Amino acid sequence: MNKNNLILYIGILTFGIAAPFIFPAFKVQLSILCVLIVLATTWNIQGGEMGYNSFGNILFYGLGMYLCASVQVGMFFPLAEWTESGGEKTFVHTPEQFFQGMAVGLIVAAVIPTIVAGLIGYSILGLRGHYFAICTLGLGVAAGEISGGIEIIGAGQGFTTPPFPNVGSLESRGEFFYFLSFFVLIMTFIAVRGIYSTRFKLILNAIRDNEDKAEAMGIQTMKYKIVGWMISAFFCGLAGGIMGGLVGYIDSTDVAFDGREMGVFMVLMAILGGKGTLWGPIIGATVFHIFKEGFWTFFLGWQYVALGVLIVVIVIYFPEGIMGWLREKYPQRFGEVIDEKDRKAQVELK
Amino acid sequence: MISVQACLDGILLGILFALIAYGMALQWGVMNIINIAQGDLVILGGYIAYFMYLYGIHPAWGVIVSPIIMYFVGIAIYKLVINKVVDRDLFISILATFGISILFMQLMNFAFGADVVLANSDYGTTMLFNSNVVLPNSKIFSAFISILFAICLVIYMKKSKLGRAIRATAQNSRAAKILGVDTEKVYAATFGINAALCGVAGALISITFTIHPYMGLPYTIRSFMIVIVAGLGNLPGVAMSGMGLGVFEEFADYILGTEFRIGSVFLLLVLILVYRRFKLSRKREYLK
Repeated sequence: MNKNNLILYIGILTFGIAAPFIFPAFKVQLSILCVLIVLATTWNIQGGEMGYNSFGNILFYGLGMYLCASVQVGMFFPLAEWTESGGEKTFVHTPEQFFQGMAVGLIVAAVIPTIVAGLIGYSILGLRGHYFAICTLGLGVAAGEISGGIEIIGAGQGFTTPPFPNVGSLESRGEFFYFLSFFVLIMTFIAVRGIYSTRFKLILNAIRDNEDKAEAMGIQTMKYKIVGWMISAFFCGLAGGIMGGLVGYIDSTDVAFDGREMGVFMVLMAILGGKGTLWGPIIGATVFHIFKEGFWTFFLGWQYVALGVLIVVIVIYFPEGIMGWLREKYPQRFGEVIDEKDRKAQVELK
Repeated sequence: MISVQACLDGILLGILFALIAYGMALQWGVMNIINIAQGDLVILGGYIAYFMYLYGIHPAWGVIVSPIIMYFVGIAIYKLVINKVVDRDLFISILATFGISILFMQLMNFAFGADVVLANSDYGTTMLFNSNVVLPNSKIFSAFISILFAICLVIYMKKSKLGRAIRATAQNSRAAKILGVDTEKVYAATFGINAALCGVAGALISITFTIHPYMGLPYTIRSFMIVIVAGLGNLPGVAMSGMGLGVFEEFADYILGTEFRIGSVFLLLVLILVYRRFKLSRKREYLK
């Protein structure tokens, strides 16, 4: 089993590294896929494992996006003039400045949302069930509306992120962002896999199954909930920072705090793949992205209609997701032993 | 004088919010679902009135036509989607209605275009206090109609057979079922009545304010907020907190500027929920 796993990982890693050269036309799509997988996987930490279904992780994603871009610009040029010029070529980053800015920006984009999550976590994670869901929905929308009114980051007219400098060939922009997002994806996967094999995950599951009981057993649930949310926020911020550079343009409600798109996507992908599993969100994100791109291309204009129908259908008919379906179909693969006698007895009863 | 203006505006606006919130409280109490598509039903109701206006009928008639159409829209939504999520996890219902909300938003965008529209009622304005305070008559009309509908609904819920069945189901759906109430029908009727209320509110909003396909979500959030502040089944509370929210919004609009209006509504929601959490946690006993 372990050997199989190793072969699987090596296979995926090789595919991941070779992918931009095999499908050079889809580099941007592949990078977006990586970002989507990161978002779905980290949503799953507190949505699937902890049972706190948040619509508000978009807050960290958008925050990371704005922070990364602002730091990248603000390190070398005055930020206000940059946003005022609206992406005119008055200021140009040299390659060193661009990469330095990107590196520092990504670190800030990961750290600040984590701190924010820690700060607001105590008040917000005390809410239960649907109150939490609606509250985080409100947070995400409020962040979008408020950032749309702040002048220094472009207000309503948007924020142009620094363009990629002229280094290497024409392909280098796509390759840079692809490998950056792929690297973050691997980092996320290793981190999440590591987390899922510790006691921490069991505690999160205990919180999901019965929070009061977990508390009575002596677990300081609040502490673990906040840490769980902070881990989510860390990777969401990172993903947002990359996405900002990839898209090249940040708008408060349409790109950064896009609760109607990205905010729902991450929930949907995790549910489609199967909540509370390691591979579920990854499979869900891949399937969803392929489906979405197909739809976006062939039914242009109707995509949101399709999205709405898709949400309803997935939620009503596949609440267990792909992994849940597989588990029902092939329980042996998931390490569940079927007692033959018991099964026969059940069949006879029917 | 500006504060008097904002207060009166807010109260008249708040009565409309309270009407929507009453529908929300109804379905939340009876079916235990939170309908994110509430605001989109409101906007759809508004477009019905707007269309009557386009075809030369006075939009005030929308107050009668729109709830009738919306009632059947509500029943259709119930039959297609809601009846499959009623007894499931609340999060499932939130997500499913979120899907409906996106669907409606986009369908309305296709059908009616992405422009901000207004059904002009030509009611003129009323001047108060040496014409320092200007109140459009349409706002007074809409507040009056909402109160009328709310009173009718309360009487209907108290007196009619269906109203009694709805209240019984809200109290204990299992017991109601045992005593011969067809809960499936009651659920459908509740959702239909909720949609009809949204239709009334939407028609009034299209007369007094403006409507736009993407404006639905703030109405949902406002009604949710009003319901959690007032509590389920507390009608005077719903009316009061609705007006309070309206006044808050007008002042936020005036002090912070229009671009922060929606943002302040959503922030207020977060603050109320957090306040509620700390208030509740004091009552809760747990080990430290």
